[in-house]
Amino acid sequence: MTKRTIRSGHANAGHTNGGQGAGTKRRHLLRAALGGVGTVALAGCDRLSNNEAFVDVLKSAQHLSRAVHKIVPGRKAMAQEFAPADVAAHFRSNGTLMPADADYQALQKGGFSEWKLQVGGLVETPAAFTLAELRAMPSRTQITRHDCVEGWSSIGQWKGVQLSHVLAQVKPLANAKYVVFRCADSMDGPSLDGRDSRYYESVDLDDANHVQTVLAYELNGQPLPVSNGAPLRVRIERQLGYKHAKYLMRIDLVESFAPLRGGNGGYWEDNGYEWYAGI
Amino acid sequence: MNPSAVPVDATVAPALAPPERIYRHRLPVRLMHWINVVCLTILLMSGLTIFNAHPALYWGRDSTFSAPWVSIMAVDVPGGFAGVTRIAGRTFDTDGVLGASKVGDATTKTARAFPSWATIPGPQWLSMGRHWHFFFAWLFVLNGIAYVLYAVFSGHLKRDLLPTGAELRNIGRSIKEHLMFKHPTGAAAKRYNVLQNLAYLVVIFGLLPLVIVAGMAMSPMLDSVVTGWVELLGGRQSARTLHFLAAMGLLLFVLVHVFEVIVSGVWNQLRSMVTGWYAVPADKVGE
Repeated sequence: MTKRTIRSGHANAGHTNGGQGAGTKRRHLLRAALGGVGTVALAGCDRLSNNEAFVDVLKSAQHLSRAVHKIVPGRKAMAQEFAPADVAAHFRSNGTLMPADADYQALQKGGFSEWKLQVGGLVETPAAFTLAELRAMPSRTQITRHDCVEGWSSIGQWKGVQLSHVLAQVKPLANAKYVVFRCADSMDGPSLDGRDSRYYESVDLDDANHVQTVLAYELNGQPLPVSNGAPLRVRIERQLGYKHAKYLMRIDLVESFAPLRGGNGGYWEDNGYEWYAGI
Repeated sequence: MNPSAVPVDATVAPALAPPERIYRHRLPVRLMHWINVVCLTILLMSGLTIFNAHPALYWGRDSTFSAPWVSIMAVDVPGGFAGVTRIAGRTFDTDGVLGASKVGDATTKTARAFPSWATIPGPQWLSMGRHWHFFFAWLFVLNGIAYVLYAVFSGHLKRDLLPTGAELRNIGRSIKEHLMFKHPTGAAAKRYNVLQNLAYLVVIFGLLPLVIVAGMAMSPMLDSVVTGWVELLGGRQSARTLHFLAAMGLLLFVLVHVFEVIVSGVWNQLRSMVTGWYAVPADKVGE
């Protein structure tokens, strides 16, 4: 905990007029009192931010948001799509721009010809798909806006296969509730100590089977650049950017993401961000 | 009644009479006012934490990273860095407050847009700022809906908030009185004055709905309520700008509001918003 005070320049302003009448004194007292209350309140907010039970209460708002959003706008509502003229000249890249992991770099050197997307978990027929196989499947092209949790937006054109199409081929079991995306990039550097920090994400089946949820292999008409997640990334168009996992290696269907890593369903979720990123 | 037992009030000069007290603010209004105080404070300060994660504003659908119309940043200067604010191509030196400021008791500056004394939490911590913001956004919206319903159905809106035609015609006088820091007394003090009415109406039916709708327009999920509705605000990045400007408008309102409370009798005003009872400032003798 860092101790913080209201800047004294703010609390003690108003000395300029020399005369220190009773009114001025009272005003000083009032200002000091307000400053004091402010300081204590701010310190209190910081203390509460480190109180797990309190933060759990704050974080519970996402369940309310998600429950309401399931009704309005609804499970199948479509994110806005744009015209080719709206596409940004340069689509912003964020997070990992080039995975440092040796296994990924080897795949990249080979033009991803050795890469395969593994799809398994709670499914009837686990399968693996090459990039060529995914490209041969029916595709969807969409121009959408990517909204980062930081606040910026970028518009790009994505082409890929709908995740629902891939899931239909592996036949999810009835108890499958979430789709987990496992990625190639270690976020905290390659895991020399064996600690896995590779990016991962998860969404529910509504988002997984949404029309606009595609496994994208093209951005703006070109093969997906490495900085945007080559060879394959997922688009979850109605949620913030950190849900759109890049450098996909594996997709698993699970009943619960609690047993995975930090238990919160994603790399950034394990670092304090909301699992539901619809706002 | 014994004719000699004349009520004391009638025999003394009006100026010495105990002030007339009126029940000015009803319980629901008082309660919702203070909930609003807590919500707006937390929303503003946690909002600045969120802004700090990408301290630039754009107009349009997406971000033109090279040309924001507002950006707050730290720039390199000999011997370190300094905070500057750029608005529409002009650069302002805001070192120490915007762009670079000391966090707490630190002796060196940190590069951050809004200073730690203006954000919740104090340290730059986006995920925590979001948790505060969205929890209190719900409380704020529910409180706001309850208030508007109450105002309409209890008669508060018609009785207290809407100015009469005569009041509107006399707006010039009210402006003059405000500029002279002259506050209404007697019967006139029992009602909100016309500038107060207009300020409250602009906030309740203008700024507050705008800040909420522009906030919702930033949600990628709520974007899908009606395809393309975010375009009505000029696109998502325009909505972010409008959300920020509306919040600054609310801050300005709060500063003026608190100033007026202080200069028009701070304890009387505070008491009336806590207990409901307001002492009507007496008319001056001979007026």
